[in-house]
Amino acid sequence: MSRVHIDFAGVTKSYKDRIIVGGLSFTVGPGECFGLLGPNGAGKSTITRMVLGMIPPDAGKITVLGVPVPARARLARARIGVVPQFDNLDLELTVRENLLAFGRYFSMSTREVEAVIPSLLQFARLENKADARVAELSGGMKRRLTLARSLINDPQLLVMDEPTTGLDPHARHLIWERLRSLLARGKTIILTTHFMEEAERLCDRLCVIEAGRKIAEGCPRALIDEQIGCQVIEIYGGNPHELGALIRPYVQRIEVSGETLFCYAPDPEQVLVQLRGRTGLRLLQRPPNLEDVFLRLTGREMKD
Amino acid sequence: MWERYVAALPANVWNWVAVWRRNYLVWRKLALASILGNLAEPMSSLFGLGFGLGVMVGGVDGTSYIAFLAAGMVATSAMIAATFETIYATFARMHALRTWEAMLCTQLTLGDIILGELAWAATKSILAGTAIAIIAAMLGYAAWSSVLYALPVIALTGLAFASLAMVVTALAPSYHYFVFYQTLIVTPMLYLGGAVFPVSQLPGAFQQVAAFLPLTHSVDLIRPAMLGRPADSVGVHITALCIYAISPFFLSAALFRRRLMR
Ligand SMILES: Nc1ncnc2c1ncn2[C@@H]1O[C@H](COP(=O)(O)OP(=O)(O)OP(=O)(O)O)[C@@H](O)[C@H]1O
Ligand SMILES: [Mg+2]
Repeated sequence: MSRVHIDFAGVTKSYKDRIIVGGLSFTVGPGECFGLLGPNGAGKSTITRMVLGMIPPDAGKITVLGVPVPARARLARARIGVVPQFDNLDLELTVRENLLAFGRYFSMSTREVEAVIPSLLQFARLENKADARVAELSGGMKRRLTLARSLINDPQLLVMDEPTTGLDPHARHLIWERLRSLLARGKTIILTTHFMEEAERLCDRLCVIEAGRKIAEGCPRALIDEQIGCQVIEIYGGNPHELGALIRPYVQRIEVSGETLFCYAPDPEQVLVQLRGRTGLRLLQRPPNLEDVFLRLTGREMKD
Repeated sequence: MWERYVAALPANVWNWVAVWRRNYLVWRKLALASILGNLAEPMSSLFGLGFGLGVMVGGVDGTSYIAFLAAGMVATSAMIAATFETIYATFARMHALRTWEAMLCTQLTLGDIILGELAWAATKSILAGTAIAIIAAMLGYAAWSSVLYALPVIALTGLAFASLAMVVTALAPSYHYFVFYQTLIVTPMLYLGGAVFPVSQLPGAFQQVAAFLPLTHSVDLIRPAMLGRPADSVGVHITALCIYAISPFFLSAALFRRRLMR
C-alpha cells in the first residue's frame, strides 16, 4: 500500500474563465482525518469530486490510493466510500433495499450484501427501520443510512462532503462518534464541513480554502495558536464601530462579523476595564477556537 | 481525451446487471400500474383503429386490417415503451433523482450505467410488445408460435429506440425538450414506418425515407412472423436495427461524459 492515500499536486480547474481550484497541493496519509474548510462556493465539493475522478483537473496530478485519477479512478473508487453533500438514496426503496442495490454496484452478490447489512444497520442505529421506505425517514436517519451505505464495500478511504449539515445536535454527535470509531478502525477520512467544532474534534489536519486556493493548513491546535494565540472577547449589543475605536489601543486585532465584535486581546483585563460601566453590552471572554481562525482567514477585518 | 472516453465505457460485460436490477427493484413496487399504463395506449389504438378503420379498409396485403395493424402495434409499443422509459425515467434518474450520481461513486462506469438503462428500457419494450402480441394471438390474429419469433425482434427494437432516445436524454437541458423528439421523430415514424398502413401507400420520396427508419425494419420483421409468412431480407433488417442500437450508445457515452464529468 502506498504511503499517502490522497495526493494532490498543483491541481487546477476552471469553468469558463473562472478558477474554481487554483494550484492546490495537499496530501492525506493513511488513517488520517483531513478536513477541508472554506466559505460557500470555495470549491470544497469540487475537490471531493476530483478525488473520485468525477471531475478531471485542467492541470496537476491526483493520486488516490496509489492509482492515478481520473485515468484509473474506477480502481480507486472500488476502495472508497462516499457521503455526498446531497443525499442520493432511492426514496422508493426500503433501507435494506437501498443497501442491497448499492452493494450490487460494487459487484457484490446478494448473499454477500445480505451478510453485511445487519452490521451496517447496527452501525447506523437503523436496525428497526430496515424495512421502512427511505422517503419516510427523517433527515438524520437518511444521513446515517448514507453513511452506512458508504461502508458497504469496506472502504479504506472515506470521502465525506458535509456529513452533518442539516442535522440536529443529537444526530450530529452520533455521526461524530461513528466517524471516530471508523478512524479507530484505521480508515482514512477526508471531509468538508462548515462546523468548526466538527473540524476541531475530528480532524488531525485541515486545510482552509478560499476561492479554490489554500490559505492555511495544519493541525487545528497549531492553527489556533499560530493564527490567534490569545484570549478572545466577544462583544455584542453596541455599535461595533464606535466600540472598536474605543478599545483598539488595547487589543491585538479586532474583527466584526455581523453585529458581533471579536477582540483578540493578549491582556483581556484591560479591555474589560475600558468597557466597564457601559450598559446593554454582552461580553464573553473565552479561549480561541477554530471559528476565530476561520473568520480571521476568510472574514473581513475591520480596518480603521 | 481518448483515454478518458475509454475509461467512461463499460468496465466489463456484467457490471450493467446491477443497474438493471436496481431499476427492477423499484419497478416491482409499481409493476401493476406500470404494465397497465404501458398497455393502455397501444390497446386502444389497436381496437379503435382496428375495428373502426377495419370496417372501411377491409383487407390489407391479404389479411384483415386488424391482423395487419396488430403486428404494427407490437413494434410501435416496443418503440414507445423504450423511448418513454429513456427520455422520462432515465432522465429523472440522471438528473433530479441523482441516482446516477450515487452509481458514479461506485466502481461502475458511465458506460455500465448507460448499458444497464438500455437493457432496462428494452425489458420494458419486451413487456409491452409481447403483451400486445399475446393478446393478438388470443384473439386469433396471430399464431402463438409467432410470439416466440417476434420476441428477439421486440427486444432489439427496444434496444435501438432506447439507444436513440439516450442521445436525446444526454442532450436535453430539461424535460421540455423531449416534446420535440416525440412530435418530430417518434410520432411521424409511426405513420412512415409501415405500422398503421403499408409503406407502399406513401409517395415515392417518403418511401425512401421510410427505408432507413428503425421502425420500418422492426415492422418488416415482426409482421411476417405474426402473419406466419416468410420475411424478406432478414439480415438487412437485423443489421440496421443493430446499428441503431450500437452507434447511438457510443455517442451517448461521449455526450454524457461531457455533461456529467467535466
Ligand atoms: N459545472 C460547473 N460549472 C460552472 N461552475 C461550477 C460548476 N460546478 C461548480 N461550479 C462553481 O464552482 C464553485 C465551487 O463550487 P463547490 O460546489 O465546489 O463549492 P463548495 O465549497 O462545495 O460550496 P458549499 O459550501 O456551498 O457546498 C462555485 O462557485 C460553483 O458555482
Ligand atoms: Mg459543497
